[in-house]
Formats: sequence, structure tokens, C-alpha cells
Amino acid sequence: MLAKLPGLGPRSARRAALHLLKRRDSVMAPLARLLDEAAAAVTTCSVCGTLDSTDPCAVCADPGRDTTQICVVEEVGDLWALERAGAFKGRYHVLGGVLSALDGIGPEELNIARLVARAGEDGCREVILALSATVDGQTTAHYIAERLASLGVSVTRLAHGVPVGGELDYLDDGTLSAALRARRPV
Amino acid sequence: MEWHDDAIILSVRKHGETAAIVSLLTRDHGRHLGLVRGGQSRRRQGLLQPGNLVAASWRARLPEHLGTLTLEPKRDLAAGVLDDSGRLKALAAMTSLLEATLAEQEPQPTVYAASLAMLENLSDSGEALSPVPRWLAAYVRWELGLLRELGFGLDLDTCAATGSRENLVYVSPRSGRAVSAEAGEPWRDRLLPLPGFLLDDSLPPLAMFDIVAGLRLTGHFFDRHHFAQHSGRLPSARDRLVAALSA
Repeated sequence: MLAKLPGLGPRSARRAALHLLKRRDSVMAPLARLLDEAAAAVTTCSVCGTLDSTDPCAVCADPGRDTTQICVVEEVGDLWALERAGAFKGRYHVLGGVLSALDGIGPEELNIARLVARAGEDGCREVILALSATVDGQTTAHYIAERLASLGVSVTRLAHGVPVGGELDYLDDGTLSAALRARRPV
Repeated sequence: MEWHDDAIILSVRKHGETAAIVSLLTRDHGRHLGLVRGGQSRRRQGLLQPGNLVAASWRARLPEHLGTLTLEPKRDLAAGVLDDSGRLKALAAMTSLLEATLAEQEPQPTVYAASLAMLENLSDSGEALSPVPRWLAAYVRWELGLLRELGFGLDLDTCAATGSRENLVYVSPRSGRAVSAEAGEPWRDRLLPLPGFLLDDSLPPLAMFDIVAGLRLTGHFFDRHHFAQHSGRLPSARDRLVAALSA
């Protein structure tokens, strides 16, 4: 089972298993208990689609969050990254992936219908599309923007360009041209 | 076995935790697959986007093996279309059509050259604003060219019924030959409309319905000659392009 986890091959899984067996009381038993608790408690938020031990999740239930903005992300990991940055105080919506013709992922496979319903509710003024700057990610962003066009909410997306601390010499052509297109007055 | 070639990335599929299986349209080796080690790394994400032009090196013990690919960036063509919904849909339709229709390891230099020109056309954002962008007409012509290279070219020079070269406005859905307005009148409901810009490359499309008619025409023959034979259907990315233009 350990070898099926991401990042672990058969060898590293064997090492992890040996480590657990050598430390039954201090590591294995507490880990087993925590895994059991997580399996029972963690659920998908019925509002935004993230994972949390409560439904609605802590972000959706927080009265201090800005209800006029919804930030759309692909996966729960992206939501965690934005929360780590602490730069966004609105609410989130997790799509569960992006449109992909190759993998047969269409709009029905993603959490888009719920997003349209949320964006149509009173109070929502802006939907921020925080999706990858890839062909699939931006195809999904344009699709969502078209679905939301009739609702009268502002639809924005994250900027593409030079990262903080980035040196132009090391940037790829695509990022450089995107940064030039998105230039703004200083 | 080893070769070095220029190539357009058509698709990227995750393989295991770190590698990716990449499908390329190469200049001299046709559509070719290969394993890219570390293909899922963040550093490689920008490079491994459909539509990008790369310098590819492929190595394998036998030609029928999957082999490993080493890719170096040549032109970042995908980045130029990310902001434009229509061009992005065309890029996705184009790469998924190539992926679905081309046989593996069959050299297709004409398709490669036409596809590269089409991609350059798509990523050229400097085009003047017009009711029907030129790249849309180029895209329909590209599909027509792909049909021809697959062996199902349409004969749009003369009327199938009268041999006339004048007033060609329909295409027979069975033979793929043009039909004049007079000869086609009794069967107009069964014939496919032939937009004028497909008869003469110098003619621009009159309106968006010309583009949609062109895409319906090529779509019919892709379906009839390729996808129906392989129990498949036109890629969903192409359906999305047609739906967006029809709206």
C-alpha cells in the first residue's frame, strides 16, 4: 500500500514500512489513529469543493471573508498555496481539474455548474480565475468566462509574467512575451 | 536507433510520477511518440505545451519501441494564443485533429509545413481587427489541406454534374465534389454549402457563417472518411471551436 503513494517506489515504501515497524508506539500507532480519524472526518465542502473536516469548510463558514469575490482554482493544493500566501481574503471554488480533450475531461466532469450557481447569487461581484498558464488551464478559463458572461459579474484572471526575483535572462520566450503584453505604466 | 528533428508538440500525457509521454508532429518522421523523463517537472511545464515548436532527439533500441525524447525549445508558439479564446480553441482543435488522424511514424512533411505556418498565423496577434479574422479562413483551409494529405481531398474545381467551373456553391456529401447552383438546386437540402473563400485563396470569407459552413464541410468528411471508419468521433476540442463560432 505504501508503494502506491505518490513519491514512494517499492524501495522507499519498504524503508518506510521498516521505519514504522521499528517505531510502533511512537509513530505507527499514532499515524494509524490519525489516518483513521482523517478518513472518517475529512469531507468535501458542498459549497466550494475543498477538503475539510467540516461542511461547509472553514473558509466558506468564516464570516470575516469577503463574499463578493470567488477565486477559482484547479485543485485543493492550489487553494492551500493561495492561503499560505495570505494575499486573498475572499472565498474559493475548487474545479477538480481542467478541461482536457486528451483525458476526456469535459465540463460535466468539473465542478463548473456549482460555480455558475454561486456566481449568480446575490453579492458576488468578481470571479478570479487562478488557473494554470497552460493550454488546458487557459481553455478552461475561457470556457468559464463564457459561461459567466451573462451573469454580469466581473471575470478576471491572474497575471502571467516575470516572477518576483526572476531574472529576464532565465525566462522562457513565452513568459517574456506574456510579460511584455501585460506591461503597465510605472 | 536515433534521430534529431524539428517537431510540434501535439499532446502530453502523464506517465508515472515524473515522466510524460509526448506526441510530436516531426518534420521528417511524422507523428512520433516518446518518453520524456522529468516531463512533469515544473521546469518542463512551459515547454511541454501543445503547439510549441521544439528540437527533438529520439533514441530507442528498436524503431517500434517507445524510446526516449530529449526536447529543446525552439519557439514558444502556445504562449502567444493563451489570451485569445478563439485562437486557443483553434490551437486545441488543430493539435487534437492531428493527434487523432495521423498514423504514427509516417512522414508527413506537407502536413508539418502547413501546421507550422498555421501555428505561426495563430500566434501572430498583430492582425488588424476585421469582422472575420484571417486566421479563421486559414484554419478552414488548413483542415481542407489535412483532408487532402490524408487521401480524402475534395474536388472543388468543377461541377460533378455538368463539368462547369462557374457558380460552384455546393459539395456532394458522398463524392466530395463541387456542384453548381443550377445542377444542385433540386437537391439543395441534401448538399453541403460551399463557401466561396475555399474556391479562391485570395477571396476572404464574407461573414462568420462562411467559416462555420467551411468547418461543417470539412467536419463532415473527417467524420465520414476517418472517424466513422475508426469508430470514433471528431475531437471535443474541435466541437467547441465550431460551437463557439456558431453562437
